[in-house]
Amino acid sequence: MIGKGILKGMMETAKNLAGSFHDPERLTTVEYPEQKIPAKENARNFPFLVYDGDDCETGLRCVSCQICEKECPPQCIYIEKDTVKKPDFLGKMQFQPKTFDIDVSVCMGCQICVEVCPFESIRMDRDFEYAQGDRFEGLLLHKDQLAKPNKYYHSIHPTEARETDDIREGKRQDHLAKEKAKAEKLAKAKEEAAAKAKEAQAPTDVDSSEKAS
Amino acid sequence: MWFEELLIAIKASLVLKAPEGLRPLVSAALSTMPILSAFGGLFAVVTLLERKMLGRIQNRYGPNRVGPFGIFQPVADGIKMLTKEDIVPKTADHLIHFLAPLVLLVTAMLGLSVIPFGQKLVAVEFEAGIVFFFAVGGAAELAVFMAGWASRNKYALLGSLRAIAQMVSYEIPLILSSVCVLMVTGSLSLTEVVQAQSGGITSWFLFTPWGFLGCILFLISTLAEVNRSPFDIPEAESELIAGHMTEYSGFKYAVFFLAEFVAMFAMCALTATLFLGGYHAPLPVLNIIPGPVWLFGKLMLLVLLFIWIRGTMPRLRADQLMEFAWKFMLPMSVINLVSTGIWIALDGGLLGWLVTGACNFGAYLGLSRWLADHPNHRKRVYRYADGPINAA
Repeated sequence: MIGKGILKGMMETAKNLAGSFHDPERLTTVEYPEQKIPAKENARNFPFLVYDGDDCETGLRCVSCQICEKECPPQCIYIEKDTVKKPDFLGKMQFQPKTFDIDVSVCMGCQICVEVCPFESIRMDRDFEYAQGDRFEGLLLHKDQLAKPNKYYHSIHPTEARETDDIREGKRQDHLAKEKAKAEKLAKAKEEAAAKAKEAQAPTDVDSSEKAS
Repeated sequence: MWFEELLIAIKASLVLKAPEGLRPLVSAALSTMPILSAFGGLFAVVTLLERKMLGRIQNRYGPNRVGPFGIFQPVADGIKMLTKEDIVPKTADHLIHFLAPLVLLVTAMLGLSVIPFGQKLVAVEFEAGIVFFFAVGGAAELAVFMAGWASRNKYALLGSLRAIAQMVSYEIPLILSSVCVLMVTGSLSLTEVVQAQSGGITSWFLFTPWGFLGCILFLISTLAEVNRSPFDIPEAESELIAGHMTEYSGFKYAVFFLAEFVAMFAMCALTATLFLGGYHAPLPVLNIIPGPVWLFGKLMLLVLLFIWIRGTMPRLRADQLMEFAWKFMLPMSVINLVSTGIWIALDGGLLGWLVTGACNFGAYLGLSRWLADHPNHRKRVYRYADGPINAA
């Protein structure tokens, strides 16, 4: 019969119309700038620099080894070494970067810089609101924009951040153990040297005593 | 009644203030101004309502950025349309190209002049009001052809011819289905048609077998006549190049839409007048509320129905549209005329109900079965796509 399907369809749209006012199933729109869907943990797009503590100057993990700069396929990273050394988290003296720029208009988010970084310094961010009035200068992120605290890293990628912290803790332990071993070795060497010196001294004493006698 | 008396008194006092020679002009202006402004305003409201409602039907919010709940969206649209560049093709017939949207708007507006908004609230008290309505409505086809021809663009011309073919085809069931009302009331005057339905909801022509069928046929023809979905093939944005509006831009394009909407309001007002008791309240007690309120309420209900249909149905193909007009709408409206004649002969009553109801329903069943069995409506078999090679 003509018209049956039409009535059926009309009922369906009427259900949609009425349901959109009370049924979240029938109105799934998220109004973006005001409302946001919580990001997934695996979301990642552009790299950022992690720093420990509260000060991005002293706590910056980056030691400007420039591996990421060399590995970056689209070459969007630019690093300039500082002229003075500063102690890193292990107490070693390192060059921190004076400038560290990432051009996010060039970055393709391949994450290779993250893979190659031996200092757990560069990590992937998930911030995506980079719209700028100036597409050249505005999209060139500088060190102060890129540096973000470890706390932030924990808030966006908790699992990964914990793993990174474990790695760093292991490195610190290794370093401490090495230092300890070194110190022990040094102490032992000192002791030995002292003993040797004593030993060496003793015969002379004998000699002198002999001479004296 | 008090509302009408008030309006008439206001108008009379205003006309008396004018100089002697200008009085007819002032009187005419005062009669037409409210109609023009009311329907112009209604156009803005309905565009927003339509977008909102279509949005809700499609599980999304409609426009909600301009002002609270997007209520200033029509204003933004208007500013946009007004400031857009008005492009006229170099080889177009400039005068006719310019006149076409205006003619369309004028024909749509003229139809409203014979619609009674109250017992005495008619812009033009016309003995043959409905004939006038359809006559000026028929001029819309002329405007569409002017638009298509003057654009000097083959797509515009083809689109306008397609639109005219559709409008001419649907004009026949449109008029035939309204004739049944005229048969019963025995008058071509719309005020008398409304007078005949004055006894509350039970005396509306919708609630008779012939009126029910007539109303449905009239509404379907109206959809096709004003190029509304699902019969909007003349301006199908997604598959054709906007039909006769191809070479129009800026405010002229907006005027086409305005004309389309005003024509829709006029048609809805006529439907309300013919079948839904016009300016009468559903219950005689409620007549204390002014007539225009009731007419606009009914009109809006029909507009909402149109939007609902637009949100539901896919567009018909041009040949399906023609077939539906000539093979279903036309026979049904002719049968409806016959059953109206039977109704008049039997003088209504239970017997009239039974006979005309059975006549109409039987015709509907038979026609729909015949159409469904027609080879054109069987499931299409594609020789190669559904053939043995692909089926395996």
